[in-house]
Amino acid sequence: MDLPRYHRLRAAYYRLQGQRCTSCQAVQFPSRTSCRICRERRLEPYRLSGRGTVYSHAEVGQAPRGFAAPYIAALVQLEEGLLLTAQLTDVDPEDVVIGLPVEMVTRRIQEHGPQGYLVYGYKFRPILPRRKAS
Amino acid sequence: MRDVFIVGVGQTPVGEHWDRGLRELGASAVRHALDDAGMETAEALYVGNMLGGCVNGQENVATLVADAAGLLPAEAWKVEAACASGGAAVRAAALAVASGACEAAVAAGVAKITDGAPDGVSAGLATAADQDYEASHGMSFVALSALLMRRYMHETGAEREAFAPFAVVAHRNAATNDKAMFREPISAEQFAGSAMVASPIGILDAAPVCDGAAAVVVCSKEALRPHHEPVRIAAASVATDTIALAARQDVLWLGAAAVSAQKAFAAAGRGPKDMDLFEAHDAFTVITALSLEACGFAKRGEALRLAAEGCVAPGGCIPISTFGGLKARGHPVGASGTYQIVEAVLQLRGKAGANQVKGARRALAQSVGGHGSVAVTHVLEA
Repeated sequence: MDLPRYHRLRAAYYRLQGQRCTSCQAVQFPSRTSCRICRERRLEPYRLSGRGTVYSHAEVGQAPRGFAAPYIAALVQLEEGLLLTAQLTDVDPEDVVIGLPVEMVTRRIQEHGPQGYLVYGYKFRPILPRRKAS
Repeated sequence: MRDVFIVGVGQTPVGEHWDRGLRELGASAVRHALDDAGMETAEALYVGNMLGGCVNGQENVATLVADAAGLLPAEAWKVEAACASGGAAVRAAALAVASGACEAAVAAGVAKITDGAPDGVSAGLATAADQDYEASHGMSFVALSALLMRRYMHETGAEREAFAPFAVVAHRNAATNDKAMFREPISAEQFAGSAMVASPIGILDAAPVCDGAAAVVVCSKEALRPHHEPVRIAAASVATDTIALAARQDVLWLGAAAVSAQKAFAAAGRGPKDMDLFEAHDAFTVITALSLEACGFAKRGEALRLAAEGCVAPGGCIPISTFGGLKARGHPVGASGTYQIVEAVLQLRGKAGANQVKGARRALAQSVGGHGSVAVTHVLEA
């Protein structure tokens, strides 16, 4: 990914920042000039929760240039109802099922050779069991 | 708008063309189509192409082909709509004639995929998806199709094996098409046992991306000549949907395919039951299923049942991919939509040989790009 693109995507990649419609309250990601549901033009920034469940998944065996297979591709259904495309991480492929609860983590999503910069963005991992406060 | 007729078709074999590049393939198809129409040249050339820039290092592909085919100084420009580019080029040529801007025009689709290494081609194909929110996260086209297929199986309860008829029928039809890339029949057992590319998608679910070019000559009623065997473009329609799969209201409904089919049917005054054959965009078996549902040949979630009953096979209620489709004729990406039109014309002329759908009078051809983000649908009538 070229630097200008990485620069302008930082709010979306680091904070899952999308928009909420001031009219119908629908949440959308990525941002657009109007609401994808009701076409309202007045939209406010909205940070997605980053929690959801696996809606569909696939184990990628042949990677496009710039990626190293195998990895797990997924559609994640966020709490807000919308879908997001991302890789899953910290999980074995055989443990992934539709409906698995997942949460956003920030991970390296691309690298540009040994001297290049690293591109960070969102991936999703199974929600870890909470430790009880002692 | 004036009536538009297809009066010439041309195609190169589909496969790995190590000795021919974009210019030779494109020019060959264009010359064959003009010869078929009995014309020396045309006023305009519209060339469907995807990946010329990133795989071949060649933009301005329409000028390249016009030059190589001897059409200069004709109007020429490239049409790009991802995997639907070849269908969109036919739409562009037909609009030029229908509007009265010219009397005859050529539409071509051309692809020279094997100039690139597989990982570069995979990355290039992924540029038809959303670069920011899909491709940059490692989503290849196969991966996105696998996400669709997994969800389709989840919602319908279907096993992977139920998708076999689409691939089996395509390979059987390609066996008697001398332009096809894969002319060996396959069995349902081979399909079931095929190696995984992106689970649940196996190698036999996926169409092979490869090289090839196809072209058609379109003209007005006034330009028809006695030797022509005209096929009328009864309707054509292009529609779009969100570029990212995840942004769709309903990922298992190909909205662009449905809208373009409905508009084309309405313009032609026809419906799915009036079609004698369907050249489907069978890039992946799950896309074939979703296309059949979007076009109204099957109810939602019932495309696999339709296939199991033999409906999509030769002699069935709606034969698909009659020369092998993308799956077995091969998928020269930006040219596939033009191949579909060439094949449908051969059917409607009654010149499809061993692949002839008996008594074919009307055909639907649908070219789908970017996982349903753009669809081009043509209704053709003999």
